[in-house]
Amino acid sequence: MLIDLLIVIVKIAIMLAFVLGLVPVLVWAERKGAAFIQDRMGPAKADIFGLRLAGLFHPLADALKLLFKEDFVPEDAHPLFYRLAPVFAMAPVLLTFAVVPFGDTIEIFGRKVPLQVADLNVGILYVFAFSSLTVYGIILAGWASGNKFSLLGGLRSSAQMISYEISLGLSIIGVAMVFGSLKLSDIARAQGELLFGVIPKWGVVVQPLGFILFLVSVFAESARIPFDLPEGESEIVAGFHTEYGSFKFAMFFLAEYVHVVVASGLIATLYFGGWQIPYLYADGFHLFGKVLHLPFALVVIMQVLAFVVKVLFFCWFFIWVRWTIPRFRYDQVMRLGWKVLLPLALANIFITGSVLLLFGGAKPL
Amino acid sequence: MIRVKKVSRPKEIPLTEKLYLVEIAKGLAVTMNHFLKNLTNPRSIPTIDYPEVKRPVPPRFRGRHRLTKRPDGTPKCVACYCCATACPAVCITIEAGEHPDPQIEKYPVRFDIDMLRCIYCGMCVDACPEDAIRMDTGWYTVPERNREDLVYTIDMLLSD
Repeated sequence: MLIDLLIVIVKIAIMLAFVLGLVPVLVWAERKGAAFIQDRMGPAKADIFGLRLAGLFHPLADALKLLFKEDFVPEDAHPLFYRLAPVFAMAPVLLTFAVVPFGDTIEIFGRKVPLQVADLNVGILYVFAFSSLTVYGIILAGWASGNKFSLLGGLRSSAQMISYEISLGLSIIGVAMVFGSLKLSDIARAQGELLFGVIPKWGVVVQPLGFILFLVSVFAESARIPFDLPEGESEIVAGFHTEYGSFKFAMFFLAEYVHVVVASGLIATLYFGGWQIPYLYADGFHLFGKVLHLPFALVVIMQVLAFVVKVLFFCWFFIWVRWTIPRFRYDQVMRLGWKVLLPLALANIFITGSVLLLFGGAKPL
Repeated sequence: MIRVKKVSRPKEIPLTEKLYLVEIAKGLAVTMNHFLKNLTNPRSIPTIDYPEVKRPVPPRFRGRHRLTKRPDGTPKCVACYCCATACPAVCITIEAGEHPDPQIEKYPVRFDIDMLRCIYCGMCVDACPEDAIRMDTGWYTVPERNREDLVYTIDMLLSD
């Protein structure tokens, strides 16, 4: 019993360390990547004992600066909700990562341990529930700040997130239909199969339209450029976090980057095979009838690394898109959400259902 | 009489642009090209790493002033007030004193330039009959924390 508890705590610790540890790296990658994309040098001056590491200490300096700043509450702000909002923004995003599997089930001390914090059988529903909760933090922040720009940002985010929630949900239904499960570990495992014996049965292969819809919706959901209307610096100062400073601002900042990591984890799990490496199974590589045997421990390590690499790639993709595309106008965002993504998501479900029915791939949910 | 002027309307957007995705992929290719170019060859970035590397100044650059000296180290300035008179920003304050050498009439007891007023026009240099003031230090005025430190005295101007 105690050892089971210990295993869970260790998994939670690894997960938190991975997600929160990735944030400073992402901030650095964002600033350095943006600089290189725009033909600049980027941060390079902060040093520890003369060691600069291409500006890797800048996020550390930022974090320290934010920690030591004055923690103030504006006069017009609602004292309780103003303080609660950053927590509401941050906690649900961190919780979402609990259901993302980062490896296959392994055996430790004779126990089967899934490499996943919580292997829920309603994994996808859990993801929806918690990703919708993040909007409360933003609305609360916008309303409780007592600032008209904050309120506008909060209103925009609520409208935007509700619009994209629907296409986000509908786009995943296709995946659930193809793999016949709402459990993320089952979905990741099912993607190890092969189509026609050669193509890995990844979500992006069987659900290309669903993948594009999910990708766009998840960008809107995490309020990143090109859908960062809740912030919209050029229009409404900084949107919902205009009145926030010091560590409360740091929590919103952290939440944004954790959201990027979580979204990348979900994209990798649902559409890019999760921890699966094509042709790699528990006993080694299988390709064209030949088998290259590998020890199981090595396979597990490779699979966890594959998951990390996929997550890192999509994190970079988020950054890459941010420095490429300008922000959408508010009405364009609404039109895209309701008049383009929603009908396409419904069509995707219809097509998926028809194909499964006609070619007999349907599994009972 | 009402006249109607024909204005050309923006042409129909082609389908590939309406779909966004193709154009976004093109944009991503552009940014990735820049990123890879700068990642593999950071020297191609035009940034000058300022405090360590300084932009070379052209030889006729009008920078901070300096007062030239005689061979014995005393200022060449004879406190004739030509520069102070020529100065459009009225930033030069001179106080003259009698020079011990009978060949030279006067010397500056005080020679202050208020760098906050100076507009770097170089008219003091043109006005000087003795070639006593020059702006060839090739350097700007260094920022200070209070105004008093930006009034350069004769010692500071002679030290360059």
